[in-house]
Amino acid sequence: MTLYLLTFILFAVGLYGVWTKRHLIRIILGLVIMETAMNLFLILVGYREDGVAPIITENSSNTAVMVDPIPQALVLTAIVIGLATTALLLAFSVRIYAKYQTLDLNKIRNLRG
Amino acid sequence: MNTIAYFLVVPLGTALLLVIFGRWVVRWAGIIVSVVFSALTALVVQCYFINQLPFTVAVGGWEPVQGIPLGIHWVVDGFTLLMLALINFTGAIVALYSISSMKSYTKLRKYYALLMLLGLGMNGVALAGDLFTMYVFLEISAISSYILVAFGRGAEELEASFKYQVLGGSASMLILFAIALVYRLTGTLNIADASRVLSGQSAEMTMLFTGALFLTGFGLKAAIMPFHSWLPDAHPAAPAPVSAILSGVVIKVLGIYPLCRLFYHFIGFEGVWTGIWLVLGAISLMVANILALAQWDIKRLLAYCSISQIGYIVIAMGLGTELGIIAGLFHMANHTIFKSLLFFNAGAIEHATGFRDLRKLGGLRTKMPVTYATSLIASFSIAGLPPFSGFWSKLLIIIACMKAGHPFLAIWAALGSMLTLAAFLKFQHHGFGGPDKEYQQSIKEVSFSSQIAMIILAILCLGMGCLMLPGLRSAILEPAANILSQGLNATTLFLGN
Repeated sequence: MTLYLLTFILFAVGLYGVWTKRHLIRIILGLVIMETAMNLFLILVGYREDGVAPIITENSSNTAVMVDPIPQALVLTAIVIGLATTALLLAFSVRIYAKYQTLDLNKIRNLRG
Repeated sequence: MNTIAYFLVVPLGTALLLVIFGRWVVRWAGIIVSVVFSALTALVVQCYFINQLPFTVAVGGWEPVQGIPLGIHWVVDGFTLLMLALINFTGAIVALYSISSMKSYTKLRKYYALLMLLGLGMNGVALAGDLFTMYVFLEISAISSYILVAFGRGAEELEASFKYQVLGGSASMLILFAIALVYRLTGTLNIADASRVLSGQSAEMTMLFTGALFLTGFGLKAAIMPFHSWLPDAHPAAPAPVSAILSGVVIKVLGIYPLCRLFYHFIGFEGVWTGIWLVLGAISLMVANILALAQWDIKRLLAYCSISQIGYIVIAMGLGTELGIIAGLFHMANHTIFKSLLFFNAGAIEHATGFRDLRKLGGLRTKMPVTYATSLIASFSIAGLPPFSGFWSKLLIIIACMKAGHPFLAIWAALGSMLTLAAFLKFQHHGFGGPDKEYQQSIKEVSFSSQIAMIILAILCLGMGCLMLPGLRSAILEPAANILSQGLNATTLFLGN
């Protein structure tokens, strides 16, 4: 339960960073923290107490508790997607820096929703 | 090979081939993309005729064991087919319009490849039968749309796209969180299977939390009112054809479609959800209309108007009655047509004059007759004047509100429609009416291919009312509404044998 709570706190830290910070790189870091928290949460969902790696071989015993492999597959996919989105965000901040000479959102903000 | 796979394989293959060989065919790329999307639209029509709906397709032959789905499943029902038809048809029209309007941009082969990937992602979201596949395709289309928004690479585009990416990224994380919770609760990712597992246990608090996460995540993607702040920046910053596909289908397929799918087939509309949907819809509808009225930038006006029309759809879907669902789906289809057309018109005006500010425009009536005529039809449609398409769907929404016992909401929707009319009268008056301005001597109508795209959509604006005729309604709208109005019971249909 403590582990779950810590993951939630990590997620909340990321969300707080995204929604309050005014520096582009810090916003991106907030998103990355949220992603990491999500990946940890998925791994926790699949974790079993004293579980072993879910590989069935000829002489593996059926009695051993195995961890759930599906969340691990999901995390791999989520990491790849996270890599793509982070790379794209960083590429955009490089472009924005070239246009404005700053990464501070307060100085950039032309658009107001 | 199963025909359903073509919806994913063909766009992906075309996108890759365009990137590799685009150098030599870039002159024809717009036509190629348009033809590919048209062929997929034809495939949707064929699916309506030959198949017994709904059916599921197990990817790679991983058939269910004892009724428990193992692998990835595509789910095809009336709702999916309706969305597929809208996605691929709009894709075809947008590619046709892009041929001349995107000429001033560089790296066109990448533009068309991204357009194909956007189509691929949306097709995947529409077809996905399990949550994680939906998430993956959601990300594919979201990333393509982030890049497409910033395709002009100006300062404003980059900033708008950055904002879109940050909010879209947070939304994706919330959705992934909810998916992980669902997996923890049910031990499956398949929507139908999870729904069946869930019916045997009581986990109200967790489901309430999961529902709230889904509503926030997909609500951000759909730009429902408290979560809308990225849309009025991102949609105007994009090139005109991209705005058309973003406002026309992307917000619906990435936002409204998964919300409807999950709430009707998985979470269920019991308890507080109906109220929350109606309140969110009512807020979006009115506030966005008032904000739209205050805009002078044409594309920002249209973008705010998209939020208000999303409000109509959310209200209609939130009612949960069969008539409400039909009305919501009908309005979704109509909005796709007329909002794409309006963004094409805005793009044509910007292309011809160089401005988007209504205060500087005026007197374009005689110089751009096709744009004028088509935008008049689209404006009347979105404002809900009879006999244009928007009238019928808004009328249905109002009747559905009355029948469901929400007369106040019906009046609210009618008031919102009047505000829309006011906003579009402003657009027509300042854009096309008034005296000629000096700069207008050199203005010409947009190119032939763009005119064709606008005329096709304008004819559809007039013709979409026909969907209310009994024959067409029972063929197109009713299968989609039927599958949703069965609610949680419908999921047994997807689990197959």
